[in-house]
Amino acid sequence: MRSPERNPWWWCRPAAGLARMWTALRPYVEWVRLRFLLMLAYRVNYYSGIAVYTINIGAYYFLWKALYQGETTLGGLTATQMTTYVAVAWMARSFYFNNVDREMAQEIREGRVAVELIRPYNYLVVKAMQALGEGLFRLCFFSVPGMVLVSFLLPVDLPESPHTWGLFALSLLLSFVINTQLNLLTGLMAFFLLNNEGLMYAKRVVVDLFSGLILPLSLFPEWARAILVLLPFQAISYLPTMIVTGAWTTAQIEQALLVQLVWSLLLVVPIRALWVLARRKLVVQGG
Amino acid sequence: MYRIEARNLTKTFKTHKSRPGLLGALRDLFTRQYTTITAVNGIDLLVEEGEMVGYIGANGAGKSTTIKMLTGILMPTAGFLRVNGMDPHRERERFVRTIGVVFGQRSQLWWDLAVQESFRLLQHVYRVPDDVYRRHMGYVIEVLDIGDLLDRPVRKLSLGQRMRCELAAAFVHNPPLLFLDEPTIGLDVLIKMKVREFLREMNRTYGTTILLTTHDLSDIEALCSRVVMLDKGRILYDGSLEELRRRWAEEKRVVVEFARPVPVEDLNRHTADLPVTWEQEHPYRSRAVLHQGDGALVSSLLARLQTYPVTDVRVEETSTEEIVSRIYAEGMARA
Repeated sequence: MRSPERNPWWWCRPAAGLARMWTALRPYVEWVRLRFLLMLAYRVNYYSGIAVYTINIGAYYFLWKALYQGETTLGGLTATQMTTYVAVAWMARSFYFNNVDREMAQEIREGRVAVELIRPYNYLVVKAMQALGEGLFRLCFFSVPGMVLVSFLLPVDLPESPHTWGLFALSLLLSFVINTQLNLLTGLMAFFLLNNEGLMYAKRVVVDLFSGLILPLSLFPEWARAILVLLPFQAISYLPTMIVTGAWTTAQIEQALLVQLVWSLLLVVPIRALWVLARRKLVVQGG
Repeated sequence: MYRIEARNLTKTFKTHKSRPGLLGALRDLFTRQYTTITAVNGIDLLVEEGEMVGYIGANGAGKSTTIKMLTGILMPTAGFLRVNGMDPHRERERFVRTIGVVFGQRSQLWWDLAVQESFRLLQHVYRVPDDVYRRHMGYVIEVLDIGDLLDRPVRKLSLGQRMRCELAAAFVHNPPLLFLDEPTIGLDVLIKMKVREFLREMNRTYGTTILLTTHDLSDIEALCSRVVMLDKGRILYDGSLEELRRRWAEEKRVVVEFARPVPVEDLNRHTADLPVTWEQEHPYRSRAVLHQGDGALVSSLLARLQTYPVTDVRVEETSTEEIVSRIYAEGMARA
């Protein structure tokens, strides 16, 4: 109905302020719930995925085992820490990974974005919320059971302190935010390029490689590492995964979280700029 | 207050031309040639509260572009635009709460969700309180007769069923202004009547202002007191349907059937003093074209036919359909 009138003094009454915030957020939360339910309805598609991820982790495990012949540490990680790294990195990926860019490109190409623009919500936030619903689904039905399965099969060394897990959860959430922001950016490019297939594919490869999913950053040559720590990609996989391996001190962990936080705030700027620009020069395809 | 106030509203698109051939494609990589297309060319449109306005025009006349500007999807290139007292593009999120939109060719319901879930989601999106939702949607669902469809997924609905659900979805937040872009496209006659009846009902109950584009002029005849006709981005006509008919209608014609063949020369001779010309369709049927709109002319004509065995008489008037297609074809020339 009519929008509730704005009260600039809401912060004077915290309870009312919280209630108002909840009213504002409620529709967005609804998207998380819906996507989660939708994924649940199509869950059979995911059983095959578990096998694929397990094979991936297994393959990397044997590869690393061969590389560790005669060495005790590589890039500051022991063989067991490396196995843990590989397993955790892949399982984390299933949470932060999403196809928001692809979905956006399709909606823009088919002109369905017009329908999104007549709704009283922020299209990009809705897309991010759908991604979160999907991520949460995979976390519950994929990452956690997958991790249990892997820990039976491979010699992984998971931390016991709930404190470390708490920090990891926070870090993982931030890696989801950053990865989704990068996806939104690539997705938004569809407004300008009309066909951003190549860009999306390139982004995917870059993220997998530079985020430290395939190779921990500490194994890159010095010069490459100097560049990679300046990019947002490491914040997606390398930083959260290193927290779990137990190879880092508290100070290092704190710094990692700070880096993630800074990136997730920084990336809001280009997204907003592109969104404003896109809306201004939008051409709706197909009438 | 005007629901829609547009002055000198204009939208131009810049598109690049592709040169032909491989060499042309190579040259396109470096220097592109642009052409500017003016889809909407300085239109003025004022719509008052509670009006039902038909917005018509041939394909590519600029109807959809106008609707997209009025709904805040596209940013106007030039001109002044206030809809529900707001700038649709700049204040989009606040503005779209006050409008409803139905695109006949594009579903706004969620394909995999049950109809009810879609409505619920919209209820949250538009922040409609539960009691208001129940009362109002109960009424909408009843008028549209879609109670049985609510728990079916949208993808399993027929076009007619889906269209009625789309209309209901546009009314979840009971907007004071509704845009319909070809709402009856592809629907059968019964569903069309139901849709029209629903729109009339909403207009009567809530005073909903409605702007609809359509290719089916019977929609407009049934619903709209006012027609706005667009051609090549400009408004050709803005006024009542009757006025449109009066201005462009051709002569009345009377078709007469006889029990035996009657030569057209005989008929012409019999009515020589009347402003009438006869055309023969076949020996048993002739058509009299009345060159004057005088109402009594038909009766004087029939009086002259007393000596003939007339089996049937039919008075033909130009249909709106014919008038409009003629205006499309002739364009600005006659306007």
